[in-house]
Amino acid sequence: MKVLTANRLSDGIAVWYADGGWAETVGHADIAHDKAAEDRLEAIGAAAAANNEVVDVNIIDVIMVDGLVEPVRLREKIRAAGPTIRTDLGKQASPETVRAA
Amino acid sequence: MYRYDEFDHDFVQARVAEFSDQVQRRLAGEITEDQFRPLRLMNGVYLQLHAYMLRIAVPYGTLNSRQLRMLGHIARKYDKGYGHFTTRQNIQFNWPALSDIPAILADLASVEMHAIQTSGNCIRNVTADHFAGAAADEVADPRPYAEILRQWSSVHPEFSFLPRKFKIAVTGAERDRAAIQTHDIGLHLKKNAAGELGFAVYVGGGQGRTPMVAKKIRDFLPEADLLSYCTAILRVYNLYGRRDNKYKARIKILVHETGVEEITRQIEAEWQELRDADLKLPEADIQAINAYFAPPALVDRPEGDDAVKQARLDSKSFSQWLDQNVVTHRYPDYAAVTISLKGIGEVPGDATDSQMEAVADIAEKYAFDELRVSHEQNLILPHVARADLKAVYDALVEIGLATANSNLISDIISCPGLDYCALATARSIPVAQEISRRFASLERQREIGELKLKISGCINACGHHHVGHIGILGVEKKGSELYQVTLGGSADENTSVGEIIGRGFSSEEITDAIEQIVDTYLGLRLNPDERFIDAYRRVGPAPFKEALYAGETKAA
Repeated sequence: MKVLTANRLSDGIAVWYADGGWAETVGHADIAHDKAAEDRLEAIGAAAAANNEVVDVNIIDVIMVDGLVEPVRLREKIRAAGPTIRTDLGKQASPETVRAA
Repeated sequence: MYRYDEFDHDFVQARVAEFSDQVQRRLAGEITEDQFRPLRLMNGVYLQLHAYMLRIAVPYGTLNSRQLRMLGHIARKYDKGYGHFTTRQNIQFNWPALSDIPAILADLASVEMHAIQTSGNCIRNVTADHFAGAAADEVADPRPYAEILRQWSSVHPEFSFLPRKFKIAVTGAERDRAAIQTHDIGLHLKKNAAGELGFAVYVGGGQGRTPMVAKKIRDFLPEADLLSYCTAILRVYNLYGRRDNKYKARIKILVHETGVEEITRQIEAEWQELRDADLKLPEADIQAINAYFAPPALVDRPEGDDAVKQARLDSKSFSQWLDQNVVTHRYPDYAAVTISLKGIGEVPGDATDSQMEAVADIAEKYAFDELRVSHEQNLILPHVARADLKAVYDALVEIGLATANSNLISDIISCPGLDYCALATARSIPVAQEISRRFASLERQREIGELKLKISGCINACGHHHVGHIGILGVEKKGSELYQVTLGGSADENTSVGEIIGRGFSSEEITDAIEQIVDTYLGLRLNPDERFIDAYRRVGPAPFKEALYAGETKAA
């Protein structure tokens, strides 16, 4: 299972492709279950980069945990949450994310 | 301290205008990321895990209170209320929006600051002894030479696209507090038998994945030849440094592969062509730059001795801080103060907006408006009258910056690691915090004595782990963080690269392992004056390996 992630050009904030746009949290990102879907996500990412919406586009491994998307690698977990040493900052700081988690 | 002249002002303003335009064009989609990336890097803008990061230059670590106050303002207005002081004596902000960076740079320019050459394959911020100008043991202030090097290297057309980044450090004392032997060029300012100033020149030091101690290629270079000689070194490097492999592109690899004798010959030959040409530093120019660094007018404050004596009696915590964080000044009525940014359990090198402003106030009131950033990620007040030390201490207590741990085990250098950095393979800050908490007792830390512990979250070694008495390198192994320990590193006048002690430790094990190493040292040192590094050099790794791994061998 994979999802599409990037950083938003204007402010660098980590985003994930979800429901036709870029979400600030990973939980409901669009999942690619097979190679064809992965290729589609990659094409969306390349187009968004070319359109100057996002930078540093990547496809990352994820799993589902309690109905929400969760990255597999620690690096991507930290990107999705925020610095582990400052839980008051990043995605983890916003009430919405806490509820979602 | 150095004040911009008209040229500097115009240059920085022009750069702000130029980069602001580039940012606007990028945001408008007129230039691509591939076109923009090298431009943003030349202006200190990186992309990290969570956001952009802006690295701001603090030349040779010297700041005034107005500048530090502006950094506090930027932290509050554009970032998330804090900044991170780095091992290149700079400061980084972790959360700026690209769209805000033109405004940030304009604010910085208003206090003679910028982010130029804090990234890219150019000559980076020149670092210097953080006690420069105050140290009792220096022959002269190294900062005028660092400033001359800054002026020479800023947008130097020949050296803006080197094979790789290039770092220079200068010290003016025998006791090296600037880690010059870990730099591409290390300069030791000294006097010859005739009393003239010049430099011992070291080349080819560095850390990263291939740590090397710099080699001395000249014992005495007259000060007038500083730029011609550095130019000769850079020319040889620019010509022969490897561009085929990023990991072999630093000058340390060139020095290693060419051999010290041959590279010295090449540099000296190049220098013969240059030495008597227009790069010779005129005495008048040296004097003019020196004048900018004239020490503050330190008036006699003989009441300091009694004041300190009395304050020591009144407060044990002040007394401990005095012993640990205050060092001798060349002027006996004064002292240099280390403001620890390593509070127990805190993030090494981080300071909040209000702490920056409060420290700026203290510097203005008690320290002749002068501050330094140390490469060990602390702040320094280089000139404080001993009579004012108690007042400074009390003010630092109020803002939580009076931890008396300078040079002790909790005075840890740590890179941002995987909590922020896009290159990191493991977290380093949480490891630093846990070790700091484990050794929280100041009595215990003082009993252990001087111990330099340094942590990097990847092989690039921004946390200087190779030269820690105890070094920790975080790597990713099978999806988990694993921490390798090196012992016996050092970044002073006896620089050495630490040796890997054995298999790595998980994040759950690493603090116990460090404690075991420290306990082993305490058990074998000859006396309390034998520092960890001295004891390690005497006994070698065997007793530490035994303590860490003997059980495993037996079990196997």
